Parts: sequence; C-alpha cells; structure tokens
Amino acid sequence: MKNESMHHQKITPLFSSLILSLIAFIVLGIAISPAAAGSGCGVLRVGMTASDIPRTEGQPDNGFEGFRFTGYTIYDSLINWDLSRADKAAKLTPGLAVSWEVDPKDKTKWIFKLRSGVKFHDGSEFDADAVVWNFEKVANPKSPQYDPNQAAQIMARLPDFKSCRKIDKYTVEITTKKPTALWPYELSLFLIGSPVHWEKLGRDWKKFAGNPSGTGPFKLVKVVPRQRAELVPNEAYWDKKRTPKLDKLVLIPLPEPTSRLAALRAGQVDWIEVPPPDSIPGLEAAGFQIVKNLYPHIWPHSLVYTEGSPWLDERVRKAANLAIDREGICKSLLNDTCAPAEGMVSANHPWFGNPTFKVRYDPAEAKRLLKEAGFSKDNPVKAKVLISTGGSGQMLPLPMNEYIQQNMREVGIDLEIEAIEWEALLQRWRAGAKHADNKGVHALNISFTTQDPFNAFARHFHSRNVPPVSLNAYYHSDPKVDVLLDKTEETFDLAEQNKVIAELHTYLVDKAKWLFIVHDLNPRAMSKKVKGFVQAQSWFQDLTPVCIK
Amino acid sequence: MWHFVIRRVVFAIPILLGVSVIIFSLVHIGPGDPVSAVVPADAPQETVERLRKDLGFDKPLHIQYINWLGRALRGDLGISVATSRPVWDELKGAVGNTFIIAVAAAIIGFSAGCAAGALAAYWHGRFLDKVATAFAITGVSLPHYWVGILLVIIFSVELNWLPAMGIGGAGEWSSELFRHMIMPVATMSLIPMGVVARMVRASILEVLGQEFVLALHSKGLFSNRVVRHVVKNAAPSVLAVMGIQFGYMLGGSILVETVFNWPGSGLLMNQAIFKRDLPVLQGIILILASFFVILNLLVDILQSVLDPRIRR
Repeated sequence: MKNESMHHQKITPLFSSLILSLIAFIVLGIAISPAAAGSGCGVLRVGMTASDIPRTEGQPDNGFEGFRFTGYTIYDSLINWDLSRADKAAKLTPGLAVSWEVDPKDKTKWIFKLRSGVKFHDGSEFDADAVVWNFEKVANPKSPQYDPNQAAQIMARLPDFKSCRKIDKYTVEITTKKPTALWPYELSLFLIGSPVHWEKLGRDWKKFAGNPSGTGPFKLVKVVPRQRAELVPNEAYWDKKRTPKLDKLVLIPLPEPTSRLAALRAGQVDWIEVPPPDSIPGLEAAGFQIVKNLYPHIWPHSLVYTEGSPWLDERVRKAANLAIDREGICKSLLNDTCAPAEGMVSANHPWFGNPTFKVRYDPAEAKRLLKEAGFSKDNPVKAKVLISTGGSGQMLPLPMNEYIQQNMREVGIDLEIEAIEWEALLQRWRAGAKHADNKGVHALNISFTTQDPFNAFARHFHSRNVPPVSLNAYYHSDPKVDVLLDKTEETFDLAEQNKVIAELHTYLVDKAKWLFIVHDLNPRAMSKKVKGFVQAQSWFQDLTPVCIK
Repeated sequence: MWHFVIRRVVFAIPILLGVSVIIFSLVHIGPGDPVSAVVPADAPQETVERLRKDLGFDKPLHIQYINWLGRALRGDLGISVATSRPVWDELKGAVGNTFIIAVAAAIIGFSAGCAAGALAAYWHGRFLDKVATAFAITGVSLPHYWVGILLVIIFSVELNWLPAMGIGGAGEWSSELFRHMIMPVATMSLIPMGVVARMVRASILEVLGQEFVLALHSKGLFSNRVVRHVVKNAAPSVLAVMGIQFGYMLGGSILVETVFNWPGSGLLMNQAIFKRDLPVLQGIILILASFFVILNLLVDILQSVLDPRIRR
C-alpha cells in the first residue's frame, strides 16, 4: 500500500504537468486572434477546388478553373469573354485586339487590329511583336522562349494555328491550317505575356511563374506553391470599367470538399467553389449566399457506336433518354445544383434549335420503344457505362449513375457500371472504344464544356476526329453530322453560324445521339459580405466588380 | 558498440536500394500516364510525345530507373511533372511541414501514452487502470479523419476558435502557425498515445511481475530506485513502438493532412497519386523510407544502450 502511494506521488506531478501543458497549448492558441482584414473594398479569399495554384506563367493548367483564377485575372487574350451578364450565354468580346476579320480571298488568313496604349504589368508596351513572340513561345520549339509546359497546355486548344506575322506595330496576320470560322473561339484561350519581363528575368520561365507579367486586371504579387497566391489590382488596366475594386484577391487551393466547406464556415475564406450539394440548405440557413447559374456544361452518357453496341438502335437510345428521371436527380441528389438536360445545350441557348424529340421522363413511352425494338424486362438491353469516382465537373458520379441504373432497370435496360479513377477514365477516353481496354464498354460518362462549337460538337461527333486525332472515342459516324460540322466551320457570319449549329443540334437531339442527362449549375457559396459578383453563364468569371462589405 | 552500429548502417544500404526498386516498379505499374495527366484531354499526339521525351518517359523502364537512381544519389530527385518545380523543392517544404506537426504530436502522444500506461500498470485492476485503458483503446480505435472533422465542426465551425485548415501565412514560425497546428496535432497524437499507453502498461506489468522486482523490494530498496529498474527493463519494447509510430507520423497522415489541408508530405503524396506525378511520388516515398530506416537504426542503437544483450 505504501509502495503504491509512493508511485502515485511520483507519477501524479508528471501527469498533472502534462495535462496543464496541453491546456496551455490549446488556450494559448485560442487566445491569439486572427490577422485583421484589409481596408477599402477588402480582401477576397477564394477556396478553389484545385490542389495547387494553377500555373501562373501564361497558359494555366487545372482546366478552366485555372483560366478562371490565374488566367483571365493576370492575362488577357486578343479576344476575351464578356462576363458581365448573368441572363445570357457569355459571348466573345474584343480583348487585346480591337477588331478582327478573315481575308475574303483566303479564309485561312485573319487580320487582327491590336489595342494601342496597353502596358504589361512590368510597364513594357503591348504590340504586334509581343503577339508574335507569344505564339513562338508555344508553337516554335526552336525559339529561345519556347516553353514545352505552356505548349502542352495550349496547343491542344489551338489545333488550327499555323503561323503569325507582324504587319505593323498594331496589326498581326494569323494563318490557320484550314479555313475555320471557329478560330476566334480557339484564340480566346491563348493568353499574352510580356517578352520584356521574360528577358529581364534572365529568360527563366520558373522566375516568370513566380513574378509574372501580363496585361490583365490583376497582378500576382505572391505565390506559395500548394498554399496561396495573392493578387492585387492592376491600377493601369486598359479597360477602366474593369479595374478591380478589391484591395487584394487571395487564392487558396482546397481540393477536399469538406475542408473547403469548413474553411468557409469558419470564416477563413469568403468564397468557395462547388460546395457539397448536401451542405447547401445548411449554408443557406446560416446566412451564406449560394450563387448558381446555367453555363455551357453537359453531363451525358456519351454512347459508343462500334459493332455490338446496343445504342446503334435509335429506338433504344430514345428509350434510355426517356427512362431517366432528371428532376429526381437534380432535386433528391443534388439539391437543385443541376438542371435537367434536353440536349447538349440548354433550351434557351441560340444553338438549341427546335428538336421534335422531347427529352423527358416518360417510362411508359420508353417501355413501348424497347418493346418495339424487341426488348422487355425479361429480355433487357444489356449495356455497360464507364464512369469515374470523382473528377473535375463530374458532380456526384456514383450516386447519379446508380440512380440512372435504377431508372433504366425499371424500363428494361440492364446497365452495368464500371467505376474507375478520374485520370484512368481520361486515359481510357483518349484510347477510344476500339482499344482492348475498352472492350464491352458501351458508353462513357465524362462531363465537358459546350462553350464553343469544336468542344461541344466537332471533337465528339465528326468522323475524322476518332482517336488519336481527337475525342470521338465513340466512333460516331454520320454523314449528315459531318456535313453540318464542316458547314459550321465554313460559315464566318456569326448569326448564320448559329443557325447551322442549331440545325446540327436539332438533328443530334432528334436522333438521340447520346443520353443527355443534366447541366451543372456551377454552385458557389460565399459569405454575405461578398457583393457585386455577377455569375456569368460561363466557365470563366469576372472578379473585378467584387467587393467585400 | 561501434561494430554493432556500423553493421546496422551497412544493412540499411541494401534495404534502401530494395525499397527504391519496389517504389519505381510500383509507381510505373499503376494505371495512368503521367504525361497525359498534365495536358488537356485532346492534346495532339505530337505535343504529348514531345513532352514525354522531354521528361524522359520515352526510355525503357530499366534505363529510366538507372537514370533516376544516379540522379537521386547525387541529390537530384528530378522535376515534378505537374508543376515543373524541382521535386526536392516540393519535398523539403512538405516534409518540413509534416515534421512540425509530427514532432509536436509525438511529444504529446508519447507523453500522454507513457503517463496513461504507467498509471494503468501501477493501479492495475483498479478504477484508474480501467479509465486509462479505455483512454488508450479510444485513441487507437477512433478514425483519424472522423476525429479531425469533429474537431473542425466543434472548434472552427461552431465555436470559431481555431482555423479549420491550412498552415497560416507561408508556414513561417508565428502565432498563426501555432493556431493552425493545434487541431492537426491533437488528431495526429491520438493513435500514438493509445498504442504507447497499451505498450507501456503491458511492459510495466510484465516487468513488475518478475522476481527481481520482488527481490528489490524485499531488500528494502526505495520505490524510486525500483521504478528506475522497472523503466529500464520496460523501455526497449516501448522504444521500438515509439520508433515505428514516429515513422508513421513523419510519413504524414494522408487523412489528417487532407482534412486540415495541411501542406505536408501526406497531402503531397495524395496529390501526386491523383496527378500521376511519378517523380514526386518516387521522391517522397524514398525520403520516407529513408526516415523509417534511420529511425529503426536509432531505436536499435538506443535499445542496445539500454539493454546490451541486444547487441549479441
């Protein structure tokens, strides 16, 4: 007994001091208050879904989120996007070029008149030499400024670029590989950096990435890889209407959705991209703003047209489209963060056209069509879809596909789901449906942009774009579609081009070429202090009117 | 003693070499292509191939391995495919960040574990034993990520006392860093605390049950002298467990660092896996394997100091 009490005396002080240290550790930490916010229109802290700060040296990575935060903030293109309105699809607008036109005699040649008086962040002047230098940077491996990393990011987006030459100080001629009316869309993703600044930094792209110089409305002043980037307004921005109101913009990579949500609720960030759908009612109840809008996005099942695919039969494709309860998906699974799709683009889009086949939820009609095609619940259509477990723009692929699987089973389609990791899915996509790895796969579930005719239609449906040329991984081939896609490229008048695309879209829907499922509404959650933001119908957004009050 | 140390250091070399072969093979066998993971989905084949050549992924696997090993031995772990930054630059920041919370979690976890284990052993079978054992089992059983999320909900979201994520500023020593450390450290210290507590309890009970302890008491030795003998005999097995636990923590808990967005080695590894950033993945696993080997070496040496029989 005596021994025990002596042990007790020895041990208790040690234990007590440990507990006291722990309490002190926590209390001291709690007592230290967070840093004060900025003055004026404030500091906007954004929680991005990217796992790192997107590339800052000119051509961003991390998809369109990269363009949104370190692309169009630091840089401009010759042609920008008008992101000022929420009620209409975003349109192209003059950027560093004030006007452009195709040569009527040779439609591979475009003349761009450049904006004068524009300065890069380093104070050097923007002119035709800078434009030529920037194209050489990504297209000419022999040029001293060639950067393979930027080339890898952008050349896929400029498939028609051939050459660029200076006409005079403020005029350039760009030649495309073939006549294409889609060139302005391609060019809008090509961002212009400062040649003088690159020279000053010893021709070092790594130094340029840490201290970049574009002509955009924000200047990057600090970047800590994987942690944060800080941008301040470019007071000398050429478009005075778009001079940023913020004192500072802080970008924080927060790839984990729950961490992003917690950071917003704890007040560490003011704005998060893509809040988890099930958190939205709670956020709204707690006074946070949920901002969402249609934008050019489609979440489809892209159907495979190789031999043996059940989707070769139009009646089966239509039946599958009619089997899906899109309202149910958007309401019960996604808390109204998506909109039911009636085609590749939304019904209010100029490209929608006037399809006679109405994409809707009609299981009775689906059963009738399947019966007509020789199928029934006892003799179901058997199909397999390749999906991801997550990934950019993929929303909630597992529960959404399970919901669709259940819908299809009810009408007599036995849908098998093969779920793989996102990068693995992209690799299988590039390989195409005829690759040995994709044997037995009848559809792929990959969401993508529909903001321009090439990305929305041509790369998926034109018969010349099968792998390895582009992403017609499904081996879709239809002469009428090819003709309309070619006509789209050859129609240089924008209004006429829109009519051709509307005709194409009408045909794609009437033939139920794919399963058109939902459009994401691109939700963002933000503190009620965030004012002035207009969510454009675009993958890109304008942060210049935002203010923290 | 020196003979023992040199022998263990020599043994560590083939272990590291073997680890490097396994790392290299595993990351290349896994599905996914590091080059196509960093370019847009429809990048032209020629662009992808040029980048593949620039990064050295066009060469046969064994040549890639020899080149990589040669560079690694000179301290050059290559360039990150995803960011174009040197792998070493990525690693030193991340490992440093993990080191900060791992050391703090080890101090707290090991101290609390030793205290709880000792209490349980000395009050064996009594109420305090039951409390300390329950404390230890709870620590081992609670999933890291769940505790992390719970702490965030309570202390960040509801009470708004502590930051929910990140490291604060750029990771320099500051009060901000200290505030950001609290929850990851608390979460990370739970498992080592539980494991060490159970080990300490079992080891002390085993030693206390030995006849030499009875003999020391019967010779009239003061209790503090008996404690010293007990500790010395129980320490080697506890040290071994601590070494392994500290190795795990230095490896960075992927889950803890992901929940708190702590830019350490675990989060870096997680991101490198998803981006197929093979140079970063190879570099980080090599560094972590080296930590494990060095830690085991240190533990072996410490054990042999405490118990010379181990050297035989």
